[in-house]
This record gives sequence, structure tokens and C-alpha cells, in this order.
Amino acid sequence: MGRNGLMKLAATAVAALAIGASAVKAADDMNDPYRDPALSSLAGKKIAYLPISIGFDLAQAWGGVVKTEAERYGMSFSSQDPNWNTDAMAQGMTALIAEHPDVIVTQNPDMQSLARLLKQANAEGIVVVQLNMQGAIQTDAFVGPDFIAMGEQAANMMLKKCGAETQTSHKVAIVQGVLTGGVSYYQVQGMMKVFNEHPEIQIVSSQAADWDASKARAITETALQQHPDLCGVIDVWDGQGIGTGAAIKQAGKQGQVYFITSGGGAQSMCDGLADGTYSAAINYNAPGMGRDAWTSIMIALQNNQGAGAIKTQIYSPTRVMTKEDVKEGSCWDPQQYAKILR
Amino acid sequence: MRSLGFMRHLNQEKIVLLLTALLFVVFSLTLNNFLAGDNILSLMRSVAVLGILGLGMLVVVLGRGIDLSLVAVMAISVAWSMQLIHEGLPVSVALTIGLLFALGIALCTGILVAYAEIPPLFATLAMATFVYGFGRAHLIVGTDVVYMPKTMGWVVSLGQGKLLGVPMPIVVAAGMALVVFLFLRFTKIGSFIYAIGDNLAASRISGIAVRPMLVLQYVLSGGIAFVAGIITATSVEAMNTRIVNSNMIYDVILVVVLGGVGLSGGRGNVRNVIVGTLLIGVLMNGMTIMDVQYTVQNVIKSLILLLAIVVDSIVNPRDEQTGQQGDI
Repeated sequence: MGRNGLMKLAATAVAALAIGASAVKAADDMNDPYRDPALSSLAGKKIAYLPISIGFDLAQAWGGVVKTEAERYGMSFSSQDPNWNTDAMAQGMTALIAEHPDVIVTQNPDMQSLARLLKQANAEGIVVVQLNMQGAIQTDAFVGPDFIAMGEQAANMMLKKCGAETQTSHKVAIVQGVLTGGVSYYQVQGMMKVFNEHPEIQIVSSQAADWDASKARAITETALQQHPDLCGVIDVWDGQGIGTGAAIKQAGKQGQVYFITSGGGAQSMCDGLADGTYSAAINYNAPGMGRDAWTSIMIALQNNQGAGAIKTQIYSPTRVMTKEDVKEGSCWDPQQYAKILR
Repeated sequence: MRSLGFMRHLNQEKIVLLLTALLFVVFSLTLNNFLAGDNILSLMRSVAVLGILGLGMLVVVLGRGIDLSLVAVMAISVAWSMQLIHEGLPVSVALTIGLLFALGIALCTGILVAYAEIPPLFATLAMATFVYGFGRAHLIVGTDVVYMPKTMGWVVSLGQGKLLGVPMPIVVAAGMALVVFLFLRFTKIGSFIYAIGDNLAASRISGIAVRPMLVLQYVLSGGIAFVAGIITATSVEAMNTRIVNSNMIYDVILVVVLGGVGLSGGRGNVRNVIVGTLLIGVLMNGMTIMDVQYTVQNVIKSLILLLAIVVDSIVNPRDEQTGQQGDI
């Protein structure tokens, strides 16, 4: 083998090395090149959770889902409980803005109370996700059911049971939450939009029960006595609707009175459907909303366009459930999410 | 002059009774079905819990106290009981624990008022906040609404059953009214409570064990709160601890004051509470039938209270003899 041969061998060896090395490099490339930037845009970020109360099933599911995911990606998660006190919540929000977390996930108590603060948070570069009820200002994301559409949906369901084509009294009662709360107000607005086009439907009672099952029970009991031929009742929240359903049951009108309500799909909703407390329920799946909130956080942090650059209304999918849809595991256990938040 | 003589006999209780009768007649004439037997039962039923809590408040107010922790004790003790049943405790054990919790809290309140001499307004206000906070943080660990377990058994009939066609909440309220009436009217302790409310110093001088009596009043009201809670929970198959944040405690004070029980102590009896409760019942029922909004109902309710107080102060003007120290 001459000098030439050696050179050839060397060249082949180098080529082989190069091929080997590039094979190694190709194996390296099999790693997802987009994962690292995504993970690093999330890692170490701070999420602060401030709903109007952490004591109720919806807020527990939202927070539980977001916290689980946040911890999975090495983010810190903190939560505060203003316990239905709007003032305490506004103070908490002010303190949060000073602390400057990367994301604030909140739930408005009403349209106005937090609007100015949320705008300020956005202006200071904090991503703001609003849950369930939109304040008077739009931020990075609103996650919640389209309550007006849900009211329309409930009204249309009621039309099938008590409308012109049915042999009924066409009498319907509505049990509201609090008059000024968006969840109740918008649902009723949607219902009335439909019912106003159907003059045969007679709204015999439309009162606020203050989110209190006992008041809902008393109101419905009276409505049933005044109108023993009542055809249907719509209650804007299943937690309050348990009282409405109790009044219907105790008046012996289960079966005659069609009772529609709505809620986040906690186990109590399935229990109520199974025992006939509710005839039908519109389920807006609170853990699903938690997932939507988490998705919107990922979008905002990964795109890094700055807080409030992209504003999205993320309306929650809903599902109508009746007794037939209740199976093991159809609903979720709030205790499980409460534990995560503790 | 005869009419003035008649006026002289009017006190707040009679004014409120007249007002109730007047409203009753007006509603009967103007509202369909108002007078129907079922509606009258529903009217009484809707204020039964309020009336029971009113009895608890009466016992305390007679001794010149006030108990702002009634609703908190009611909600947390019963919600905790039901939570314990969910966790697998037998119903009787869980209910006993809940009752003991209510009585224990009331005992602490009583000791704070009687021995530490903290004004009842502050002691019970603080206790209400403490009970709710402690309960939500350590006892009721899940959601703030505790649903009634399916295994409650006969207890459910307290909220949903009927006795001779009368809903059980009314029967229980009436029974408790009778017991409290007999207790205040015919027992020595009952008389002592009036004496203490009327003049604490004089009662002490005449040998009444004032401090233990004050403690007893709060313990009684705690026990009454627990019963009211059981009826609330079994009626609607859930106990929503959020009612602690509502204005329910003011409604309780309203029925007591409206009926003519003096907040300065020593004046009033079960009849006053019944009259006050009935007025609220008639008013709420009539307005619900008329489909008056809840917020407007609150306005009307408070206007009626103001009216009753104004009429009372016109026909029974306060002077040095009738005015008492210690009015809140």
C-alpha cells in the first residue's frame, strides 16, 4: 500500500467518521426542537390564582387543574381566598400586581370591581386570564360559558316541553341567582330573548334566590301553590337548584314539572339527575374550563407577545345531561380538586 | 279621647300584630290562592327556621345580650355533622358531635361574655367569624356546600315529613316555641333570665348566680341553632355554609325586634317572636306571589321595620321612666 493508499484509507476513515458523526447528529435531531423553547418559556414562571372564593366546586376544579399543570412544568402556583368579599378581593389583586407574578388567573365578582385593576395588571406585563365571568375589560383570555347562549339553550329546551305544540299550561318559572351577577343576569337575558318570541309561554315567576337553596325552595314552593299546573322551572345554578328541586319533589310534582338547571358538572349534579331532583342539566364542565385556562396561559407565555397582545374569548363547550347520561365517572369529585389546592 | 285611650294600649307587639292582620286581609282580598290552606302552610314553613333562630335570639336578648354567631354556629355545626356522615361515621354519632360542637362554641361565647365581660356584640361577632373561619379551614375541607348524605334516615323527616298534614318544620318550630315559652314562664331559671335582663346589679345582690345564667343563655341558643340547621339542611338536602355571609342574622334580629322584644333586655316573650316571624312570613309570601324582586322585598321589609319602630316611639314616647340604659 503506497502513500496514495494510505491517503485513501484516511479519507475513507474520515468519511466514515463523518458519516458516523452525522448519524449521531441525526439521532440528536430526532429530539423535538420545539420542546425546549416551550418548556423554558414556562419554567420558573409564577401563576397567582385569585377567584372570588376557593371554597366552591367550580373554583376548586379550575385551580386544581391549573395548579397540577403548572407544577408539572416547573412553575410556581399560589392562591388566595377572598371568601366572597369583593373588597378583600380588590385588595388581594392590588397586592398581587405589586408582587408582579407572570400570570394572574382570576374570577370577577361582577363587571366593574376589578376592571381597572385588571387593565393595570395587563399594562404592567402580567398575563391575565378571567374565568367564568368577564369584567368590563378584555384581557389575554376570558374562559367561561357563553351564558347568553346557555340561557337561550335552556329556553329552547323548555319550549320542547312546555311550548305551543305541547298539551300543557305553558307556564314557566325562572329562579335567578342575584340580580346583578353576570352568571344569572346573562342567562336570564338569553332566556327572555327566546321566550319573548313565544307569547304562548307564560312566565309566572322570575325571582332571585340570592344563590341560597333555602330561598329557592321557598320561592318555588309558593310558585307551585299559585300555579299547580306549572309546566317547567329553570334555575340558573344547580347548587341553588337543589332547593328548587326539593320544592318540586315535596309538592309531589316530580314528573309533571320539567326542571332545567346548569352547573360545572360536579358529583352533586349527577346525584341530582339520578334521583330526579333535576330533569336536565347543562354541564359546562369546570375541569374543562381549568384546561382552557391552562391552554391560554401556555399560549400567552410561549408566544411572548407581551401581556394583553392577543385577546381571546374562550367559550366553554357545554353538554346537556339527563338521568340516562349519568354513569360512574360522568361527574367529577370536588374533594379531589380541593385537596390539590390545599 | 276614647281613640287616644285605645292608642295608649298599643305597644309594638300589638302594632305589628295589627299590621300583620291588615296585610293578611289585603293579600287575601287581592291575591288569588293566598288564603288557600296549602299557601298558609307554605307561608309558615318558609319562616319556620327564622322563627326557631328567633327563639334562640330571644333567650339571649332577654338577658340583655345579643348573639350574632347563631347563623355561623348553625351552618358550620350541621355542615360538619353531614361531612362526618359522608366520611363514614354513623348518623347518630355524627349528629351528636355536631350538637356538642355547637354547644361547646356557645359555652365559650357565654364564658367570654359572662366571665371575661366582653360586650356580647363583640364577643359573638368575633365568635361568628372564628367559627366560620375555623370550620372552613379545618372541618369542612371540600366545597362550602355540603350535600345531605343519603343515609340520614329518619332525620330527613324533620325537614321533609308531615304530621297530620302539617310540614314538620312548622311542627318543630311550634314545639320549640312551646318549650321556650314554658321554660321562660314557669321555671325559676326563666324568671332569673328576665331579672338579669331587667337589672343585672340588683339580680346579683338578690343572690342570683348571674354569670352561670348568662353562660346558660348562650348554650341554649347554640343548641337551638343546631336544631334550626338540621331543619334547613334536611329541607333542601344541603347545607350551604355561605349563608354565614348573607344577611340572615339581621333577619333574625329583625323578627325579634319587630315583635317588640326590647334589645335592652328583660322585656319580651315567645309571643313577640311569633308575631314578628308571622309578619315577615306574610310579607315575604305575598311579595313572592306578586313576583316582587328579592332586592325590592328587602327594601319593603326594612321600611316595615322602620314604620313599626316609628309608630312605637310615637305612641310610647321614651322618657326617663320608660327609657332604659343599655339600649344598643
